[in-house]
This record gives sequence, C-alpha cells and structure tokens, in this order.
Amino acid sequence: MSSVTVDARNLLCPMPVIRTQDALAGLQAGDVAEVLCTDPGVVHDIPAWCRIHGHEVSSIDQQDDLITVTVRVGNSA
Amino acid sequence: MTRQIKAVALISGGLDSLLAARVVMEQGVHVEGINFYTGFCVEGHTHAIRKKDRDRPKRNNALWSAEQLGIKLHIVDIIDEYKDVVINPKHGYGSNLNPCLDCKIFMVNKAREWIEANGFDFIITGEVVGQRPMSQRKDTLPVIARDSGAGERLVRPLCAQNLPATLAETEGWLDREKLYGFNGRSRKPQIALARQFGFEDFAQPAGGCCFLTDKQYSVKLADLWSTRGTREYDLDDIMLLKVGRHLRPRPHFKLIVGREEGENRFLEGYRKRFINIIPTSHSGPLVLLDGEAGADDIELAARLTARFSQGRDAQHVTVSVSRPEGETESLEVVPMPSKEIPEAWYV
Repeated sequence: MSSVTVDARNLLCPMPVIRTQDALAGLQAGDVAEVLCTDPGVVHDIPAWCRIHGHEVSSIDQQDDLITVTVRVGNSA
Repeated sequence: MTRQIKAVALISGGLDSLLAARVVMEQGVHVEGINFYTGFCVEGHTHAIRKKDRDRPKRNNALWSAEQLGIKLHIVDIIDEYKDVVINPKHGYGSNLNPCLDCKIFMVNKAREWIEANGFDFIITGEVVGQRPMSQRKDTLPVIARDSGAGERLVRPLCAQNLPATLAETEGWLDREKLYGFNGRSRKPQIALARQFGFEDFAQPAGGCCFLTDKQYSVKLADLWSTRGTREYDLDDIMLLKVGRHLRPRPHFKLIVGREEGENRFLEGYRKRFINIIPTSHSGPLVLLDGEAGADDIELAARLTARFSQGRDAQHVTVSVSRPEGETESLEVVPMPSKEIPEAWYV
C-alpha cells in the first residue's frame, strides 16, 4: 500500500477535485491520498466525487484555513 | 452475448444535461459523465471566496447531477487549451465575451477524443433546438456536429426527433420514439420530464454557467486585454476578475479592492505577486495594485485604499505598502472623498 500527498492549497473547486482525480488515477485499491486544501468547498466536493467513483473518504481534518482530506482508493479504481 | 453500448454525457450541472443523460440510460446504455473546467465556470467560486456566501449550502452541480444519475463523472482541466477558444473564436462572440458556439464545438471535440480513447460509442449533450440564441439554433447544431468531428456520434436526446437520425438510432442502440422533440426557450417540457424522473432541487442558473456571459465580467476582461496590449491571460488573471472592486485610476495600473473578509483572505495569496496596500491605523481592505506605479501613483492608490477603509471620514489614515520583493513602507494619507472618484475609474 502506498500513500501520496496532493497539494491543492490556494486552488478553488473544482481544481482540488481534479488534482485528487489525477493523483488517484495512478494508485491501486487500498492506497491512500492525503489532499491538502484551503477552499472550504472541498468538504462537499471531494466526498461527492469519491462517492460516485467508489473511493472512501477516511477523514476530513480542518485546522484554521488548512483542510486535509484523506482518501482511500476503492476497488473500482 | 450483446456488447454493452457506452456513451459519455457532457454534464454541465444544469437540468438539460441531467435529463439527456437519464433519457439515454433509460434505454440500457452505460453512461458516464464528463465535465470540462475552463476557469470561467461560475461553479462555486464566489461561494468559496466570499465570507457572506460561506454559510449557503454549496455544491458542485455537475457532481450533484452525477450522483443523481448514479454515474461516474470525469472532470477535465482544459484551462490552457481553452484560451484559444476565448481569444480567437472562429464564430465570434455572443452579447458579451462568450464564444458559445466555438466553446460547444471545442467541448464536443474533446468528448469525441475521450470516447475514442476509452472505447465509448457516442456522445450525449443536453442541447435543445432554439434554446439559446448562439449555440442552440437549428442552423448551428449541425455546425457543432460537423466541426467537432463527432458527426453522427453526437446525440441530443431532448430534441432528437427534430433532427436527422444519428448513428445511435440507425444502429438500433437507441429507439428514436423514446427520445424527445423539445424545441424553443420554454423550460416547461424539461421541468415536466424532471418531475417524471423524480429529480428535485436541480440547478437552473439564470445567467448560465460561464462568467463570460456576464456583462461586468466581460468588461473587466476586455479592460485587462486592452491595457496589457495583448489578448492573453492566465488562470490567476481570470480568477482575480471574479473578486473585489476593480478601479483603474490611471491607464498603467488598476486596483483590486477586497470587499470583505473572505475576499481579503483570497487576495492574501497574491501579495507576493503584486504591490499591495493595507490600512494599519483603521480596519480596511487588502488592495492589490496591478501594473506599474511611481510615487504619485502609490500615493493615489493609498488614498483610495483609505477611502475604502473604516477611516474614510478620518483626517488621516496610515497604510502599509508592500512590494513583491519584500520592501515595505508606511504612508499617512488623506482618504480620497468619494465624490472625487470618477465613475469611469470603476471597471
């Protein structure tokens, strides 16, 4: 299992979703991507994108303006 | 065993593309969605930036549509490639800087490339004959099919019965009788069909989904091009056009004035790229100075910054002026009275 960090800070949606999508394209089921964001829209958009693609959002952590969304790649990847 | 027919639907987040995809899914076709991000998409940006909008329920309507349909959605960044569409539209602009016909041709062409790369059979759009004055007319719909290269592989399920049969119909992948013959600007047939499918709370943006259809935004973009002497832009340029008050007190520079906390926070990210001014004696906006500025220009910018601060009625306001290279100076200025700010300075 591998883990990657995606830097989507200072990007507005849907760019963080696109960065997540592109990062996950190179991963295997069970791998983890940690997406660093500042647009509060990601708390809706990344989980919505994950739901329709069969990935799991393990956690969403918000500290000040930094939002970290952790995604585990699903079996349909 | 019969081969599964597959189609990709252009999903904008609006009602028509949602319905078009669903109509095709009803006939047993495997549908996935594709959504193109141009940088001009209205989708959510001002909600993300402006603090007062943060409490509103926010959603990406294209993702919402895909969830309603239960399909995958592929979001494609076309920011760089799209510049040529905006700068050199073969078919010209609409009432603002909206190159709607070239835009649709470009997007359908990208979808054509996508279906060829992914082994899909045809493309679905939510277009309706007569729905829009530039890109959805009886004479322009065939132009989109032709110039995009999609030809007979482009299906418009909502108005298919008004158009020649496509490959999907002649091959028997779709039953033409189960497609629709919508026509014109009325939204009633779409709303009735939405009810029939059980869709509620769908998006119906009054001004479309693209900032280029917005008059004020187009004026700002035209100002950017004319003062730079070149019709170029990058993503930061077009994002900044969505934020703040824009004033051009001199031809060689303009000011971007944050209107509230959320915009100030967004503009913070650009302080290393622009001269920036912020009041220190009173609360007030972060102001970016875009262009060249001498000492007189800096003073003028500082007075305007003071005008938009809480010290607008004070005798003096102190502001901090920072340059991208890190040099910072403090200036004490008299706020510019609003009656001395010509209307023409507002872009």
